[in-house]
Amino acid sequence: MATIEAMTGDEVAAEAMRQINPDVVAAYPITPQTEVVQNFSQSVANGRVKTEMIRVESEHSAMSACVGASAAGVRAMTATCANGLALMWEIVYIAASYRLPIVMAVANRALSGPINIHCDHSDSMGARDSGWIQLYSENCQEVYDNLIQAVKIAEDKSVLLPVMVCFDGFIISHATERVEILDDEKVKNFIGEFKPQYPLLDLNNPVTYGPLDLFDYYFEHKRQQVEAMENAISVIEKVGKEYEKISGRKYELVEKYNLEASDMVIIAAGSTAGTIKATIDELKEKGINVGLLKIRTFRPFPHVQIRDALKDKLCVAVMDRSASFGARGGPIFLEIRSTLYEEKKKPVVVNYIYGLGGRETTVEHIKKVVDNLSKIKKTGKVDRLIDYLGVRE
Amino acid sequence: MKKITEVRWHARAGQGAKTAALLLAEAALSEGKYIQGFPEYGPEREGAPIKAFTRISDTPIFIHSGVTNPDAVVLLDTTLLGTVDVTEGLSGEGVVLVNTSASPQDIRKRLNINEGKVYTVDATAISLEILGRNLPNMPMIGALIKVIPILSLDTLLKGVRKKFGKKFNTKIVEGNVSAIKKAYEEVKSE
Repeated sequence: MATIEAMTGDEVAAEAMRQINPDVVAAYPITPQTEVVQNFSQSVANGRVKTEMIRVESEHSAMSACVGASAAGVRAMTATCANGLALMWEIVYIAASYRLPIVMAVANRALSGPINIHCDHSDSMGARDSGWIQLYSENCQEVYDNLIQAVKIAEDKSVLLPVMVCFDGFIISHATERVEILDDEKVKNFIGEFKPQYPLLDLNNPVTYGPLDLFDYYFEHKRQQVEAMENAISVIEKVGKEYEKISGRKYELVEKYNLEASDMVIIAAGSTAGTIKATIDELKEKGINVGLLKIRTFRPFPHVQIRDALKDKLCVAVMDRSASFGARGGPIFLEIRSTLYEEKKKPVVVNYIYGLGGRETTVEHIKKVVDNLSKIKKTGKVDRLIDYLGVRE
Repeated sequence: MKKITEVRWHARAGQGAKTAALLLAEAALSEGKYIQGFPEYGPEREGAPIKAFTRISDTPIFIHSGVTNPDAVVLLDTTLLGTVDVTEGLSGEGVVLVNTSASPQDIRKRLNINEGKVYTVDATAISLEILGRNLPNMPMIGALIKVIPILSLDTLLKGVRKKFGKKFNTKIVEGNVSAIKKAYEEVKSE
């Protein structure tokens, strides 16, 4: 039977890792991810997992060790954030291009400088072209559920790509919430035994990982990575349906909240999607209707599902918790606008950059966004295409 | 009635406000509630003013930001009065619970508020007497559940025994239980 527990995002990530029981975990602690590694290390020390825990000297080594383990033919996991992810960078790309199904928890945190330990998405958004699948979690429950599903998504034969499970640093990583934990057995059966496709240590079927690959085949290998990402769309949907059967919780590429009831939509990823739901409920009582389209899957970008969800909508506000310096808006905004380009009838789409470095984003802030959407709906006029929510100017 | 009960804790780092905020949430979970407990992390240094938050609800909690309109404010250290606006956003019927030997009437004057309900309890004295240390956080939870009925004393004590039982010896666990009971009895209203 499932149990109800009070856990922080970090604690529940470590609990999911305990149940997944990976063969190898190589990790280096960094705030606010530290307690994932700390709690999982306790499971290792207490013999609750059979994992070989490699205490590395840096994140670059953490990812390198995961690459080695995964290529050798075992299930490997790690966790990091912010500058730790930045230090991994070189190997993050290599993990994806070797098609290694590594799963990594990322407690989203602002990148230095100046030094800031709080939440924004600049770390994982920076890695959006690295070839990793990215799932964003709204709350502690989703951290747990996404991590378990990530293993199955990554290891699917038509995918074989690493997955980042992102959750907001401190806001989720250090918040205690109610979470439902599945039975160990159920999780074990769900993810199944790891069967490596091309293990380096299978001496009867020798393979090579990462040789020189110049203008002769490099392009073809990249093309295959693109295809694997495209395949991931239906695999994420399929795994979500299977997970619903064992958990009762529904997981899709995107989540719709009050979307049908309104022609005004806010799009967001991460914990602020929850604050938007709370705002929607509050405004509904006052007769104002607005919908939420939550981005659970950012890579691969589910453009077909998003295009369909935004059909007949009049105005859309895209919330980005990271800035793309010099670009015309944040990363999610750019994807949404590109998705709608071919549509004959398309909504007005505006962008809000918010919450950088952990700047608090409240119901009052979301109400301002809704006010602006109402104004745009009424007048058809956009004052600011890209605005900054809660910044002092 | 509001669906979610929201509590904001004000203290100095090291006084156990985070532990209290989380423990209250965890104890409420055993009554089938939805919960959130989290601190506001600033530069972490002992003695710095800090905030922590607890939310308790019968239905799922979606919001993910700090408590700005609390139903109850718990102040663990009166030296914060005048430095931090502890009653900011407090509703008209809101509760202010202060750790002090002073009367609720005196505290109301110092808070300079007309609305709300003010309660006091000398959690520091209780803690020094029973635990031999100044740890006002646990007695303050005892006083809080007396003035806002979010949790039964039994449930709270069960939660304390469960959480502390893993980490501390019986003497410390039962000391905390006694301190909570005493504050529950001694909390003063206006």
